[in-house]
Amino acid sequence: MVVKPGFVLTLYRKFFAVLSLVLLLFLVILFFVHFIPSSLYDRGTKLHHPISLQNIDHAPEFTVTEDAPVSAPRNPRCSYWDCFNVYRCGNKGSNRILVYVYPLQKFVDEHGIPIGGMMSQEMYSILEAILESRYYTPDPSQACILVPSIDTLNQNRFRPKQTSQALKSLPLWNNGENHLIWNMVPGAPPDYSTVVELELGQAMVAGAGLSSWTYRQSFDLSLPIYSPLSGLLDDSNSRPLYFRSWLLVSAQTNIHAEYLTELRALARESSQLLLLEQCTQGNYSVRCSSGAGREMFMYPQILQGATFCLIIRGARLAQPILLEAMAAGCVPVIVADSLVMPFQEVLDWKRAAVFVAEEELSGLLDTIRRISDDHLLEMQKNGQYLYRSYFSNIKTITNTALDILNQRVFPQSSKTYEEWNVAPNPLAARSPLFLQLTAPRWQGFTAVVLTYDRVESLFTLIKQLVKVPSLSKILVVWNNQRKSPPHASMWPKINKPLKVIQTKANKLSNRFYPYPEIETEAILTIDDDIVMLTPDELEFGYEVWREFPDRIVGFPSRSHFWDNATQQWKYESEWLNNISMVLTGAAFHHKYWTYLYTTAMPGDIKDWVDSHMNCEDIAMNFLVANVTNKAPIKVTPRKKFKCPECTNNEMLSADLNHMVERSRCIDRFSSIYGSMPLKTVEFRADPVLFKDNFPDKLKRFNDIGSL
Amino acid sequence: MQAKKRYLLVLLSCAFLAYCYFGGYRLKSKNVIPIKQGLPHFLDVTDQLYDSDVDSSPHIRRMGEFQGDNYSKCRMETCFDLERCRADFKVYVYPSASDSESDVDAELPTPPQSPAYQKLLNVIIESRYFTSDPAQACLFVLAIDTLDRDSLSPDYVRNVQARVQRLRLWNNGRNHVIFNLYSGTWPEYLEESLGFNPGMAILAKASMSTASFRPGFDISIPLFHKNHPEKGGEPGFVTSNNFPAAKKYLLAFKGKRYVHGIGSETRNSLYHLHNERDMVLVTTCRHGKSWKDLKDERCDEDNAEYDRYDYEVLLQNATFCLVPRGRRLGSFRFLEALQAGCVPVLLSNSWVLPFGDVVDWNRAVVWADERLLLQVPELVRSVPPSKVLALRQQTQILWERYFSSIEKIVFTTLEMIRERIPWQPVRDGLAWNVMPGGLVTLPRFADSWNRFPFYSERLGGAGDRFTAVVYAGQLAPPARSPGGLPQPVPTPAPALTRLLRNVGRSQFVSRVVVLWSGDRPPPPRSRWPALPGHVPLNVLQLQTQAQTTPGTIGSKTAGAGISQRFFPHPLIQTAAVLSLDEDTLLTTDEVDFAFQVWKSFPDRIIGYPARSHYWDDAKGSWGYTSKWTNDYSMVLTGAAFYHRYYNYLYWHWLSPLLHKTVEQSQNCEDILMNFLVSHVTRRPPIKVTQRKQYKDQPAGGARSPWNDPDHFIQRQTCLNTFAAVFGYMPLLRSNMRLDPVLFKDPVSNMRKKYRQMELVGS
Repeated sequence: MVVKPGFVLTLYRKFFAVLSLVLLLFLVILFFVHFIPSSLYDRGTKLHHPISLQNIDHAPEFTVTEDAPVSAPRNPRCSYWDCFNVYRCGNKGSNRILVYVYPLQKFVDEHGIPIGGMMSQEMYSILEAILESRYYTPDPSQACILVPSIDTLNQNRFRPKQTSQALKSLPLWNNGENHLIWNMVPGAPPDYSTVVELELGQAMVAGAGLSSWTYRQSFDLSLPIYSPLSGLLDDSNSRPLYFRSWLLVSAQTNIHAEYLTELRALARESSQLLLLEQCTQGNYSVRCSSGAGREMFMYPQILQGATFCLIIRGARLAQPILLEAMAAGCVPVIVADSLVMPFQEVLDWKRAAVFVAEEELSGLLDTIRRISDDHLLEMQKNGQYLYRSYFSNIKTITNTALDILNQRVFPQSSKTYEEWNVAPNPLAARSPLFLQLTAPRWQGFTAVVLTYDRVESLFTLIKQLVKVPSLSKILVVWNNQRKSPPHASMWPKINKPLKVIQTKANKLSNRFYPYPEIETEAILTIDDDIVMLTPDELEFGYEVWREFPDRIVGFPSRSHFWDNATQQWKYESEWLNNISMVLTGAAFHHKYWTYLYTTAMPGDIKDWVDSHMNCEDIAMNFLVANVTNKAPIKVTPRKKFKCPECTNNEMLSADLNHMVERSRCIDRFSSIYGSMPLKTVEFRADPVLFKDNFPDKLKRFNDIGSL
Repeated sequence: MQAKKRYLLVLLSCAFLAYCYFGGYRLKSKNVIPIKQGLPHFLDVTDQLYDSDVDSSPHIRRMGEFQGDNYSKCRMETCFDLERCRADFKVYVYPSASDSESDVDAELPTPPQSPAYQKLLNVIIESRYFTSDPAQACLFVLAIDTLDRDSLSPDYVRNVQARVQRLRLWNNGRNHVIFNLYSGTWPEYLEESLGFNPGMAILAKASMSTASFRPGFDISIPLFHKNHPEKGGEPGFVTSNNFPAAKKYLLAFKGKRYVHGIGSETRNSLYHLHNERDMVLVTTCRHGKSWKDLKDERCDEDNAEYDRYDYEVLLQNATFCLVPRGRRLGSFRFLEALQAGCVPVLLSNSWVLPFGDVVDWNRAVVWADERLLLQVPELVRSVPPSKVLALRQQTQILWERYFSSIEKIVFTTLEMIRERIPWQPVRDGLAWNVMPGGLVTLPRFADSWNRFPFYSERLGGAGDRFTAVVYAGQLAPPARSPGGLPQPVPTPAPALTRLLRNVGRSQFVSRVVVLWSGDRPPPPRSRWPALPGHVPLNVLQLQTQAQTTPGTIGSKTAGAGISQRFFPHPLIQTAAVLSLDEDTLLTTDEVDFAFQVWKSFPDRIIGYPARSHYWDDAKGSWGYTSKWTNDYSMVLTGAAFYHRYYNYLYWHWLSPLLHKTVEQSQNCEDILMNFLVSHVTRRPPIKVTQRKQYKDQPAGGARSPWNDPDHFIQRQTCLNTFAAVFGYMPLLRSNMRLDPVLFKDPVSNMRKKYRQMELVGS
């Protein structure tokens, strides 16, 4: 092909024209993206960029002049109700507090000397944790809590007056309103104030070592003193309590002479108390025992060899050894009157520590010797739980502090005492029906009958059910989508309300749906072919359920056992001496369980049941046993629940398959739950006068126990 | 083609540039070394040096901000004499009569006490806390009625300051507890204005605010009505746990508003929330004499709306009840809502909730903020149904355990103070906030929850063994062999021997303890039946009524005699106790089965012989029956399992009045045990299997307490006395008994586990 040069030229020209056009377009887009405020396309959120913690070395300088104003002094009577501006919170319908962090600044005085030392790792981590938390907002106008980025953790490291001036200079300071000041080492010699000595106005203090006089309840936050050493202790070196060589170790180097004398006296009397002191000035990684021996011990590792660790008032109230002891799995013995414990607002320290009054120091050893082994183990376990959840590093400490603030402002999201303090234990879960009542008889029960097309048997059942005095309503769940339920005129005429619910899909879960039509607490779930139960039996079943409203109370029972040969759970329908399940073909249970079944079934159990059309009753038994930790209750003697004409060979083999499948269900469900929640018992419930040699007419339930 | 390639190239390079521009910085920032590691720690060696305190004594530091006269800074360690509580925790109540300090009373005659205060003192005086000796007392309670310190009130006592100053033991209020419901008066209602200086006394006061509450020292109590019952108290209104728990109205309030003055702001604006459908908040201005002078423009409208609703009806039919502050922070409404199971929505900023130090109110109330009144509807609507159910249940537990009577309020106050004394054992929050509550969970019994019957279900296993405790005293009739020894060696009665053998054969028994109550000494070791090697048999001589030998068990406490069968003896180490009479007939299978059942219900009494109580309308009193009935409410402790903690409660918790009744009649100890357990658990006991007559019929109609009519009358009297002391009838009925799964089923006996039971008749 011959190409004309002119053509090539125009081609090139064209190409460059387009190229420059494209470049121009690109530049224009760039320009718009860069210089037009982002608010144009994304209102509000992008306007403020999260602050950067990177520029710590070259943060903008700010000079605090000698005569710069300071805020009003810290108001000791502040409370959440009068010093905290709640209107700053909950902006734009957010249901959590939003925290703003001031950008990093370097504050210097008139001579260019910084007002404090370099920012500490810990303060840096606090700011970092806030920035990473779900509470952070870069927009100060939306913020509910404002955190200055001035390191106020250690009062020894900054000049109080200049720092107060620096705080006052913050653009949104407003007498400290809604500001949170972080502090771990308050006070200075010789008075050692228990709260950081800054002019704070209405600002909140998140401080360690607050005393009950300086801690403003529901306003301040009490923190632990974080100990950089606690990171050195890992679980691998931790010895179980029984193998710890010392009952009590005292390793603080700052104990007051008066207390030291008392402790020395105790140590002389008992070899179980190890009293450690400084070996040489300035070396803190080893400590030496007091007295003649002067043995040397590694610190903080020695704490892992003690059952109890002493935490005693120094010049300041709080001591970093608290976290070291907890990290070491050592139970803290706290001797510091009026100390406000870390996060005392939500944490119950009685569960994890021993408190001894300072006056009672001489009786220290007797007090801890009185503690039973069980309690000791509990305390250690609780302490480790608290440590891991709330104290293990600066990040968790910061997040806990923010969580507490959040639940003050949004109390509806509060965690309860148990959620804060008790390690989650599926075996000790509190049943949602914890108010133990005998349910009132007048309410009666609602019978929920799941049916597909066995109309004849269904009608017999309905006629049978109506004879039960406590029945209040019958709900027929029509699970057949191809056939509609019989016309209203064809149903048996009964004197109790009856309601038919046409379901949308043929699912077994439909029998456990919390239909609003069920107005009673009690539900009798019954199959449409269970016509052999007498009214007396059903009424008695209801009576028993009233006494155990949180359990499944029913007639046919089953059990489970562990098959050692196959290493699997097996389902057992033989007549055994124990039971662990009650079939929901005929069982009373609380309506709440249907709600749980529908909304809170773990894993994919519900879908599995619906797709396999089996094991819904086993799933229900698992669910209830798991939340209540209680076994179901079987009522009245055994009974034949099968129709006599069904027993042919064909059915038997189907039965065998059925058994195998149900065993598989148990296996599957228990692996989903992570353990076997079912409980086995050896009893069933009978009427008080059952089988008694007593005139029948005086018995309330006669017709019980016919096969 | 080429052009297309070129354009593609251009586009690609543009894309690359764009990526560099927009995304490239991510690459960059990843390469930055974390700055954090380069920073110093906030704490180092020098700080620890600074921290060593060389100057002042720690005693000075301990006083904190308390300087000797600023009582608003009082704490237990500064204003309370702990030494007084060294021995025991006893409470002294000043005598109301004028006998002690007659010279003073000449000038200032003892003022009358309001009925509520009389009840309060009465409760203390009848309790185990009471001591009449001030030298032994840890706490002091004034005889001067301080409940109502509103100077306009008729119950206001004048000159309290002068009165307390004259008390010899006043000591500037040290170790005193001052109960108060109302302080301040119209129009300011100042919280601190008590009309006298309580000094270092602990205030047990209603409507406290965080500003004046001295943490760890004062106690916030609920505001209760004048006619609040002394003991027992009404149960909560919630009788069923219906789900969903929503009622007709979502939020309700009906009450006064004050038009002006302190606390009026909140109530005056409640009408904004009223919508007549699910939020009913109606107020009235009608109260006091001169309401018309102060009324505002809404008053008539509000009054009309107010009259449309009934308070009780609203209380019963609302899911949430608004509890706004009145003139003072607390209101009667709080307890009323709690009792009704209507979840309180608090609108009372800075109120310290009653017993807030131990009760976790987050589980029973919803907090709202007066400043955010208009957010209340959204707040209550956002509570999910399962949480409503939980909140409502908890209101009932708290009401029933801590608030339903003056006795409970006072005891909770005293127990909270007791826990502050350093050497007294403490309960954790769990014990206070779950059934059966702190008042019946005594930390002196054990420091670990595993040892109590209430949590073992949750904490796993109440143990696999039991201790059998047999209350015995009868010897076998001496063998009349002609020419035999004139004084034969005493032998336990044959029934007892048989019983011990049967019990000894149980695979779960760990020890058998025979409490010998006979006047004659127990038979020597050799005459007792041989039990299996691992089952020790201990025979303990009890102190009979006649003799008071020191050293025998039970000599410490007043209750000698029959109550000693429940003595928490150190030999009883297992959680389960099988209590037996010497003539009880039980087979080994029956013992084993009952024990298996007990393991499922460790907090209840599980046993064989059941009895029933009924209300006798004709006599207007409770009746006792041993007839065979379709239900029962007691299981006799002649053959029953129970948790050993109940022994401890029986001896160390029950009111001395109850012990006296048992002691005087030498009867009814089993009824009392049933009262105790039912009171603690609020559940009925459990009867197992068929056996009803569990004793040998006395041959030839010999004298037996069981067919003695006097015996029944006595037990009936006991029943009524106990109900009076408890303040209510704690017994609950059950309609069922528990049998082995295959009991009397038509299957082969070989398949059954408890075969002996098939043979036992009724």
